[in-house]
Amino acid sequence: MQRHLISAADLTRDDAIQILDTAEEMARVADRPIKKLPTLRGRTVVNLFFEDSTRTRISFEAAEKRLSADVINFSAKGSSVSKGESLKDTAQTLEAMGVDAVVIRHGASGAPYRLANSGWIDAAVINAGDGTHQHPTQALLDAFTMRRRLVGRDAGLGQDLAGKRITIVGDILHGRVARSNVDLLHTLGAEVTLVAPPTLLPVGIESWPCEISYDLDATLPKSDAVMMLRVQRERMNAAFFPTEREYSRRYGLDGDRMARMPEHAIVMHPGPMVRGMEITAEVADSDRCTAIEQVANGVSTRMAVLYLLLGGAVFDAKNAPAATHTRTEEK
Amino acid sequence: MDSQAPDPRPVLEGPDIARVLTRIAHEIVERAKGADDVVLLGIPTRGVFLAQRLAAKLEEITDRKIPVGSLDITMYRDDLRMQPPRALARTEIPGDGVDGRLVVLVDDVLFSGRTIRAALDALNDIGRPRAVQLAVLVDRGHRELPIRADYVGKNLPTSLRETVKVQLAEEDGRDTVLLGAKRTAPGAQQ
Amino acid sequence: MSKILIRGAKVLGGEPQDVLIDGRTIAQVGAGLSVEGAEVVEADGKVLLPGLVDLHTHLREPGREDSETVLTGTRAAASGGYTSVFAMANTFPVADTAGVVEQVYRLGQQHGYCDVQPIGAVTVGLEGRKLAELGAMHESAAGVTVFSDDGKCVDDAVIMRRALEYVKAFGGVVAQHAQEPRLTEGAQMNEGVVSAELGLGGWPAVAEESIIARDVLLAEHVGSRVHICHLSTAGSVEIVRWAKSRGIDVTAEVTPHHLLLTDELVRSYNPVYKVNPPLRTERDVHALREALADGTIDIVATDHAPHPHEDKDCEWAAAAMGMVGLETALSVVQATMVDTGLLDWAGVADRMSFKPAKIGRAAGHGRPVSAGEPANLTLVDTAYRGSVDPAGFASRSRNTPYEGRELPGRVTHTWLRGKATLVDGKLT
Repeated sequence: MQRHLISAADLTRDDAIQILDTAEEMARVADRPIKKLPTLRGRTVVNLFFEDSTRTRISFEAAEKRLSADVINFSAKGSSVSKGESLKDTAQTLEAMGVDAVVIRHGASGAPYRLANSGWIDAAVINAGDGTHQHPTQALLDAFTMRRRLVGRDAGLGQDLAGKRITIVGDILHGRVARSNVDLLHTLGAEVTLVAPPTLLPVGIESWPCEISYDLDATLPKSDAVMMLRVQRERMNAAFFPTEREYSRRYGLDGDRMARMPEHAIVMHPGPMVRGMEITAEVADSDRCTAIEQVANGVSTRMAVLYLLLGGAVFDAKNAPAATHTRTEEK
Repeated sequence: MDSQAPDPRPVLEGPDIARVLTRIAHEIVERAKGADDVVLLGIPTRGVFLAQRLAAKLEEITDRKIPVGSLDITMYRDDLRMQPPRALARTEIPGDGVDGRLVVLVDDVLFSGRTIRAALDALNDIGRPRAVQLAVLVDRGHRELPIRADYVGKNLPTSLRETVKVQLAEEDGRDTVLLGAKRTAPGAQQ
Repeated sequence: MSKILIRGAKVLGGEPQDVLIDGRTIAQVGAGLSVEGAEVVEADGKVLLPGLVDLHTHLREPGREDSETVLTGTRAAASGGYTSVFAMANTFPVADTAGVVEQVYRLGQQHGYCDVQPIGAVTVGLEGRKLAELGAMHESAAGVTVFSDDGKCVDDAVIMRRALEYVKAFGGVVAQHAQEPRLTEGAQMNEGVVSAELGLGGWPAVAEESIIARDVLLAEHVGSRVHICHLSTAGSVEIVRWAKSRGIDVTAEVTPHHLLLTDELVRSYNPVYKVNPPLRTERDVHALREALADGTIDIVATDHAPHPHEDKDCEWAAAAMGMVGLETALSVVQATMVDTGLLDWAGVADRMSFKPAKIGRAAGHGRPVSAGEPANLTLVDTAYRGSVDPAGFASRSRNTPYEGRELPGRVTHTWLRGKATLVDGKLT
């Protein structure tokens, strides 16, 4: 494991399996009368959220608290923080208070990368979603959910997702979830197919390690898991698709379509769901939909990430930020 | 300086281990007055196998099903920050839990006592046993905490420059306890 | 005024010769010159070029003196071997009136490091709606001939057409910043494989190419000349090549950074690589080099765009676009064009002095190195190799993408009308 978690693409297969296996053990803590471990006692974690995301924030907060970390929540949304100097200043201010890790959510792609690599701070950085770039803990909790459902809770330990066929449907262009999932699922050996109208696929996607399709109906029967991504209604106004009705007719998941999936296949959604748009209530509320499970798994997975990044000694000099310490060449 | 550490020598062999486990099982039955509320919790990795073997022997003696599980203490260790993050092992508490029962913790080697301290903390988060006892295959001394074992397979006087390594068939392919000389890094246990 | 004898200089890269400067002009060029009382500069095999001319510089004064002033910008220019720079109009206030352009022009004259030729805005406030007083700026003391809304594209076809027509009256030229605004809303970097991976808003090549295509056709239609700023894509090269073959009066520039850097660098999310137009792909870089070599692209212009530290020490999306370039331009051109065999030093003189002076009608600049010509000269130690250290820049800003990069060549001397502005690499 590296010192930071910035992108799902940074995780090796062994890293990813270690996180998923650790998350399985963490999940058992939730079944105990005392849902708390002393592991991060005395460590301070700040949740630095420049964008609203209550679900992600409370998921991290629950994970941090279950591991006994001291938690500081900093919501920069609404304050005048939007320019770059402020990210640096804010981070440095927090670090001066003795923060060991920064969980950052930011609207700008690459902001967590900058925070981790600019020499601004020494704390570990965990990306909780940056712009349209990455959301690695979401990908991990999705993979965790798939492994449990498709391989098995105990049978899955130490295993990857080799040969599993995963279909991701929706707004790939503006989505960080799809990017992270493609990277991680590829690392874990799954076969990923992205399905979206061409307008919601980025130019340059041909280099991604996955298949592309415009046809949901053709893909469904060959899927072990179908992940529906949220499609924001505002996209309609920017001409990404003509109408909501047309979108859901072509790319929405309803009961009829679900019936065409293999019997064992699951329906996933990172939430929040737009019912009636990408998913019907019938599908969302069915047993095959793992949306609620994913929320629970999110806490376990984030506990695993926090434990693996902060639970041990930090002496991985190879990944320490080097750039700014060698700014001036002196001889 | 030792240029080459001598090969570790066995201090307990397979039959010895079986014998001491049988003895410990009898001691447990005797001290727990029939062992009807005993729960065995092994400390991973080898403590779990020992606990399972003990449970089998107890079942032979008492003709009753003995609950056995595992208790991972990794996240309760006091030296977490001295090493890179360790992989977690399984904590498996038998169905009826530990509340009001006699929990016997089982480990392979008792040394500084820190593992058992962590195990007591871990147990504390799981329930409230009537009492907690400790069974170990080997007690090599050098305690750093006020902890002692209730059942000891073998007391093995050692120096801090020696290592004690337990091998069990389930994990290592054979049963033996090896006493050897430490190579380098001080502080590393077992 | 004193006499200066430059001994043993390879004029435009040719055989070593001696060059005598007398006062403001070149008095003699030949072998074995010896002049009583002349100050001697031993060129020792360095290359002597006509003073460089930059058709695209941001001097930031008035308005953003925290990033650059006319003084610091012209000192940077002299350091880089320039004797004439064209200052872009996107200042605060915008250079859209005779008053502002005259102010900038006078500041350049007053400091004396490098001639400053202001560029006038095409439209009032760079807003693209109403033509600025182009004629008044031309007739002012600044004598503006180049007009540009650089930073913004004159995207309204009718406004562009009118501007092209209007400047014909006094031989002006419109320099277009080709960027279709709707196609580049929220754009952060070149649209392609890297942007898809990094999740940064894509800046499609077609946003540049479609405007260039439109503008060359407009120039043809109204019989005017048009200049394309900082061309950055292989497709743009194809369009300009086609336009020239058709006889359309179009000229084009390329920046040093587009000759060297690609969008792969953006993977670092370091905003020092954030620039408009964005860094493109390896394929584009090669097309641009070829085009500069074969003359499809006429000139190298720096697009020197200074920004204060805080505008780059931040996350990518919040960062300002642009990089400084005056002090590294010649080195980058040597690395990408000369050392690769694509261009000789006479070609460099053509692309970095003769042609830009001609496009911008910069009187007295971009002249041959021969007797009777103004003594605007640059001496380059082409054998030098060293890594770029922004701490040594004369520019007020340090936003260079080349920090720590090894680049060849170093300007050691610059003369502006016989007056040394740079001696042994030090500003006077």
